[in-house]
Amino acid sequence: MDFSFSEEQNEFRREVRNFLEEEIRNGHWEPTCDAWVQGFNPGFTRRVAQRGWIGLTWPKDYGGQGRRHIDRLILTEEMLRYGAPAACHWFGDRQVGGAILSFGSEELKREFLPRIVKGEAYFGLGMSEPGTGSDLASLQTKAVEDGDYYVINGQKTWTSCASFSEYFDVYARTDPEAPRHRGISEFIVDAKSPGVSRIAMIDITGTEAWNDVFFDNVRVHKKYLVGEKHRGFYQVLHQLDYERSGMERLMGNYPLFDAIVQFAKENKLSKEPVIRNKLAQLQIEFEVGRLLIYRVALVMEEGRAPNWESAMSKAYSTEFEKHLAGVAMDILGPYAQLTSGSKFVPLRGMALHSYLGSKGYSLQAGTTEILKNILATRRLGLPTS
Amino acid sequence: MKLALTEEQEMLRKTARDFLADKCSKKFVKQMEESETGYSRELWQEMAELGWIGLAFPGKYGGGDMSFLDLAVLLEEMGRACLPGPFFSTVVLGGMSILDIGSEQQKQEYLPKLIRGEKIFTLALTEPGHHNYDASSVTAKATSDDDNYVISGTKLFIPDAHIADYLLCVVRTKPRSGIGIFLADAKGPGMKYSVLKTMAGDKLCEVVFDQVPVPRANILGRLNQGWSAVQKIIQRAAVGKCCEMVGNLQRVLEMTVDYAKERKQFDRPIGSFQVIQHYCADMATDVDSARFSTYQAAWMLSEGLPCTKEVAVAKAWVGEASERVFALAHQIHGAIGVTIEHDLHYYTRRAKAAKLAFGDADFYREVVAREMGL
Repeated sequence: MDFSFSEEQNEFRREVRNFLEEEIRNGHWEPTCDAWVQGFNPGFTRRVAQRGWIGLTWPKDYGGQGRRHIDRLILTEEMLRYGAPAACHWFGDRQVGGAILSFGSEELKREFLPRIVKGEAYFGLGMSEPGTGSDLASLQTKAVEDGDYYVINGQKTWTSCASFSEYFDVYARTDPEAPRHRGISEFIVDAKSPGVSRIAMIDITGTEAWNDVFFDNVRVHKKYLVGEKHRGFYQVLHQLDYERSGMERLMGNYPLFDAIVQFAKENKLSKEPVIRNKLAQLQIEFEVGRLLIYRVALVMEEGRAPNWESAMSKAYSTEFEKHLAGVAMDILGPYAQLTSGSKFVPLRGMALHSYLGSKGYSLQAGTTEILKNILATRRLGLPTS
Repeated sequence: MKLALTEEQEMLRKTARDFLADKCSKKFVKQMEESETGYSRELWQEMAELGWIGLAFPGKYGGGDMSFLDLAVLLEEMGRACLPGPFFSTVVLGGMSILDIGSEQQKQEYLPKLIRGEKIFTLALTEPGHHNYDASSVTAKATSDDDNYVISGTKLFIPDAHIADYLLCVVRTKPRSGIGIFLADAKGPGMKYSVLKTMAGDKLCEVVFDQVPVPRANILGRLNQGWSAVQKIIQRAAVGKCCEMVGNLQRVLEMTVDYAKERKQFDRPIGSFQVIQHYCADMATDVDSARFSTYQAAWMLSEGLPCTKEVAVAKAWVGEASERVFALAHQIHGAIGVTIEHDLHYYTRRAKAAKLAFGDADFYREVVAREMGL
């Protein structure tokens, strides 16, 4: 066992921090909660790309750096610590690029990976549907073969970043007769295709957090089928393991953590035993969660897809995020209810945003209930009947 | 960064697990709980011969030249087996402290005997009215009498003092600021022991020092400035207790999952019900996080890195994780788990005792708060 980082890794962390601090000094953006998924900033994504920090772990052949998963975790950890607006490239970098790398044809790899790496292709996910949440295999969107094309019809929902996504990673039923897990396929769909439309969904914080995405006779060339036809469900499970694996589940609201600790110190609240106790407990929970997530990266380092490991870290971490927001609200007292822009609003409204927003954290990318099912059956071997 | 054990540590774990499965049945644990001494001399000697007592001591004293991290693996297995006896007192509280702060002469004199299993050591720190581990709660005192010191006072909750050969006594050497650590002959004149009846059946003692003479040569570390050494001893002990608890919790998770797979109600294993599955998932999360935070602290101690915060995180987290794990373990086991017919109670009682020892979650949250600059 060794809990240390190598000198190169420490140096890399410093490099990332210096870059982010300079970005903030130059007034490019200010640290924000949820910026990894809501911070749309093409300029930032371009500058990150110029440093080679998108697709960091991918092979050099496709424009990546062939670096270790721990390096990527260091990179994302720092991005989250500074609340950097990384949403344009986050989904492509975290999971869609990886899915193309694992399952896609050589042609797909050549078309998309170098563009993701350059920060030129933004992705959204087309998994959930109005009638399809946890039971993903029940999805109804259809893709029907027509010559060299598939014709896609249906509706996807809860698609993050959809308003600026240039591509969607869409799962659609290709064999309605087959058992439902065995008739689903994965496609990359150009968001500009005729028949694609979007309607924004406003979340409880008042933010446009998702879109409904509609597919009305959308024609997709066969070369945009990812992996094997009808194997999409197995591919999505693999992708979800990565979707759940990262530090964003623990540190999506790190700017709030920083700010509330600072606030408590400056206002002498941190001398009050109850508040000291609560903030220290948050710190403990944070440190523990961080170890669970580093474990996930080490699993990837071994060349395995993280499975129950990322289910565990995600289920744990979203509870931390809720706890953090709750404690911050309690510390701020009546000021906590003031919305961003109001007179007297504390901490730029971050606590309220997190408090309301965090209700959804344990739903997205696998509800906590689904994640615990995964832990129970795959880690512990408990029977399903 | 690596979270896996080395091959050597895996071997140590396996040897320890097999040996303890053979020698430390629950029947044996029960006998030891009911016995006066609380340990078997024969088993103690066998552990010495296996090199366990000396594992983390330098070879020049007869030790195994391994690290505190290696010792952590062994402690985890001992926690898993509910091993009774003075291993923790002798090695973690006594020997490691002598190695840390003793003079070369003291190490030469005491460590080889300790490592061979000939002498038992323990730490006499806490006192009646004990609440927190702070210097001001030490009132037992040592007064100078020419070449000797004389110790007077009462120590409470001292593990294995009744069978110890030497006590590391933490005493006040100056009215307000001075703390010293003395190595006292446990069998010498002026000492009185009573063994307390405890939840875990371990042997915690009251030790009364009535004008006990201790030669000046038996001062460990720096006179009057012993508190920082005591803090290090407490840190090491806290992490050691975490290691034992991790072994304990891991075993309880396995027992509970096995039970959930076997126990049938409504014609199906109760482990197929989602509510039981989620309880088990919560337990597994607590066990894994307890393991990583514990080993992080153990690794830092082993490497000699400053780790006040990491030790505090571990002990605070593991203590409270263990409460959650046992609440669920008992709920899943149902009524049989609250009887003495089932083994679960051995683990429940030990985990709670370990949580109380060397600082609870409130104590360590305050440490974390200070480390955060609050």
